[in-house]
Amino acid sequence: MKFIISIILIALLSVAACLYLPWWSIAIVSFTVASLIPQTPGKSFMAGFVALLLLWGSLSWYISQNNNHLLAHKVSMIILKTDSPYLLITATALIGAIVAGFAALSGCYLRRS
Amino acid sequence: MKILPLIISAAVTTGLVVALNTKLLLPAPLGKLLSPQHGIWQNAENEAADFSLDVRFPQLAGKVDVYLDDRLVPHVFTEQENDVYFVQGYLHAKFRLWQMELQTYAAAGRASEIIGDKALTHDREFRRLGMGYAAEISLKEMENDPATKASCDAYTSGVNAYIRSLTESQLPIEYKLIGYTPEPWSNLKSALFLKYMSYDLAAHDDDIEMTNAKSYFSSADFDLLYPSMQDSLDPIIPQGTVYPAPKVKVKPPVTADSVYLKNKSLLVMQEEKPDRENGSNNWAAAGSKTKSGSPILCNDPHLGLNLPSLWFEMQLSTPTFNSYGATFPGAPSVIIGFNDSCAWGVTNGGRDVRDYYEIKFKDDSRTEYWFDSAWKKTEFRIETIKVKDSANYIDTVAYTVFGPVMYDKSFSGNRVSNNKYYAVRWKAHDPSNELLVFILMNHAKNYSDYVAAITNMHTPGQNFAFASKNGDIAMRTQGDWPAKWKGQGDFIMPGTDSSFMWQGMIPQDENPYQYNPERGFVSSANQKPADSTYPYYLGRNYPPYRGLIINRKLTAINSISPQDMMAMQTNNYDVFAEMARPVFLKNINDTGFDVDEKKYLDMLKSWDLNNEITAIGPTIFSILWQNFEKVVFDDEFKNAPTVIQHPFESSLLDGILRDSSYKFLDNIETTKKETLTEDVTAAFKNAAVQLVKIEIEGRLTWGLYKATGVNHLTKLAPFSRLNLPIGGGSHYINATKEDHGPSWRMIVSLTDKTEAYGVYPGGQSGNPGSKFYDNFIDQWAAGKYYSLWMMKKGEEKDNRIKWKMSFNKT
Repeated sequence: MKFIISIILIALLSVAACLYLPWWSIAIVSFTVASLIPQTPGKSFMAGFVALLLLWGSLSWYISQNNNHLLAHKVSMIILKTDSPYLLITATALIGAIVAGFAALSGCYLRRS
Repeated sequence: MKILPLIISAAVTTGLVVALNTKLLLPAPLGKLLSPQHGIWQNAENEAADFSLDVRFPQLAGKVDVYLDDRLVPHVFTEQENDVYFVQGYLHAKFRLWQMELQTYAAAGRASEIIGDKALTHDREFRRLGMGYAAEISLKEMENDPATKASCDAYTSGVNAYIRSLTESQLPIEYKLIGYTPEPWSNLKSALFLKYMSYDLAAHDDDIEMTNAKSYFSSADFDLLYPSMQDSLDPIIPQGTVYPAPKVKVKPPVTADSVYLKNKSLLVMQEEKPDRENGSNNWAAAGSKTKSGSPILCNDPHLGLNLPSLWFEMQLSTPTFNSYGATFPGAPSVIIGFNDSCAWGVTNGGRDVRDYYEIKFKDDSRTEYWFDSAWKKTEFRIETIKVKDSANYIDTVAYTVFGPVMYDKSFSGNRVSNNKYYAVRWKAHDPSNELLVFILMNHAKNYSDYVAAITNMHTPGQNFAFASKNGDIAMRTQGDWPAKWKGQGDFIMPGTDSSFMWQGMIPQDENPYQYNPERGFVSSANQKPADSTYPYYLGRNYPPYRGLIINRKLTAINSISPQDMMAMQTNNYDVFAEMARPVFLKNINDTGFDVDEKKYLDMLKSWDLNNEITAIGPTIFSILWQNFEKVVFDDEFKNAPTVIQHPFESSLLDGILRDSSYKFLDNIETTKKETLTEDVTAAFKNAAVQLVKIEIEGRLTWGLYKATGVNHLTKLAPFSRLNLPIGGGSHYINATKEDHGPSWRMIVSLTDKTEAYGVYPGGQSGNPGSKFYDNFIDQWAAGKYYSLWMMKKGEEKDNRIKWKMSFNKT
């Protein structure tokens, strides 16, 4: 249950934070949530990771879908050197996930130290 | 030791954030770029995006309604004239901010601020040409005129209102990818943008190449290779026009022959140059030649094809004027278009208004130079170029009576220099206010308004076509042109005294023009404006062929409809090949031709002279002509300096049409005397070798061989549209080349209810993530047009209107 709540909290607070703050506020959010909700380091990491994987994955997918993937085709060729909107969405999701995962892990260790 | 895992994981997190937020480790700040709420995803515009808007600004004097139609063309209705410029600035910025800024950075020689030291040569070149200096002088003129100042102030304030409203996530994608943010707009930036157009249109010169050609060849050969008249010329103002005696009498200095025209010292230098093919077509047919009985005006300016496009389509409607057409993101007003009374369009005048003078400095400090038998003090302009990720670059430019010393020991544009000092005299440095031309044209009601408006056009000089609902048509070869003696400014001139300076300007009433001519049409296509009876020297190099075919077609056609004009603007008939092919076919000796050579010769013979995308004839002809030029001229140019003027295409064609024993046909490296047959046959055999290769690559048809593309300003291929299916080429009315061509096609029939058509190769939105980014390109490539809708009050419910923006005063 704590795991699910962590995921939901991190995702929701990340959306709110990113309305006003730079993108890396997802790290602050994940760190703070993990430091407040006691879980094992593995679960904390996974909570941050899964929250942002889902959040950034679904947000970018939703935006791109409404854009008929017009821009994702072009930008994937520029950044990834391959024409694949879904690879760009996956890359987006993974970047958010890994940052949030490590931030949550740090939050967890802070509570334990 | 529970602290250790914390330290490690916190360090990893921080490291990740830093790596993904900067370019320290990765080539791009991927976290920042891909954050769905900040980065590039925010530029992926919803296909069903709503462009409606309701905003309030204290700068407005009244209410402004903007109706956006299904092509995203804004129809702007204001209660106060100046409000229209505020909203125009706001909308230009909303849809095109990045290109507006980039162009003014480039114009000011500030590109290094954005892309670093790889732009330093460009920046120094532009600063040494005096672009900033010219824009400052122009700004003063603009701000001295109350109407221009008011429109620029309103425009600037509109652009800035938009910039202030921007958040990080709304920045155009190019700012995110390159990593910078916009700075405030200013009237100076509009002046810089207009100077950029002067650079594009009125900075072309071959003075250095011509100086080398003059020095390398004998005078007789020089005149054959670079004649000042072309046999096939059909000038803008027809032959036979009688010109009054010139009011400005110019005479060459007594030393002209000895130190200038016959001086044979070689230079070794090269410069960055605007595309010499910046040309255009415009024409107007009188009611006597049209089906409706009302005049029709057509214009297609040929410029570099880029995305986002140079043009943005708009209707501006105020209590004092109502105009529609192509606008420049970066400046107020409609530039090429029509209003309720008349229509106007331009082609480039193309005369040489940029000359060089060799300066003799006392010493390396450049503080004094020899002028009119005395040492004269230099003025210095210190140019501080900010360079991204690097220290500032300081360039001290010496200014003389002629203008800035562009080339010296410290600057040769990264090319070889001969350690001399060349000052540039450029007409665009003189005070002028070209914006007033367009402000007044937007208001123009009749011929005299048109004349009053366009005489403000000094640089870049334009062939300005006009047609009005009362039946008038006109063409003026408009500009503030230096009155030159024959040969003046073709080469680098001595700068040690005033004798070689421009002696005056051609009076405005002596600019060649036509008003309601008997032939029932006016036209221009960058050919020479007048024949040799015009009393002022007009320079040498003008493209004659498009003008020839336009005038032939307009003479032949009657009862013209707008659809006829569409067919004509997109016509791909090759008048150059019409003249050259018979000479080739008559002289090719096909004995011993192999299968491929025979095949290509048959294809050339059966070609209908149209440069359509599926035709193979134009590819064969084009490659044959290139090889023919090489066979004829390579021997003469073998030992010439690399920086040298190539003979004009018309020189060679005129030469072989006149005389089958044209002097340069002989290969001077052999003892025997080569004939036209030998040269043409050799050229054909060389061409066939290339054609076989091209055929293997599958690019033999004209469309694939020519491969027209519209490049994004950064040249990023995914943001560009390459390999478009479009015919045409440099000598044809449809002057579409590889990356250059008709940038705005417009046809206006001035019937009671104006009937207008237009299209440009781009789209209204500058955002590569919008479906409006390039949605006109296919229509343009197919030679199709959109109907241009001059919306009237009361038509707000028309189903073409998709969105409404309300601007109100607070």
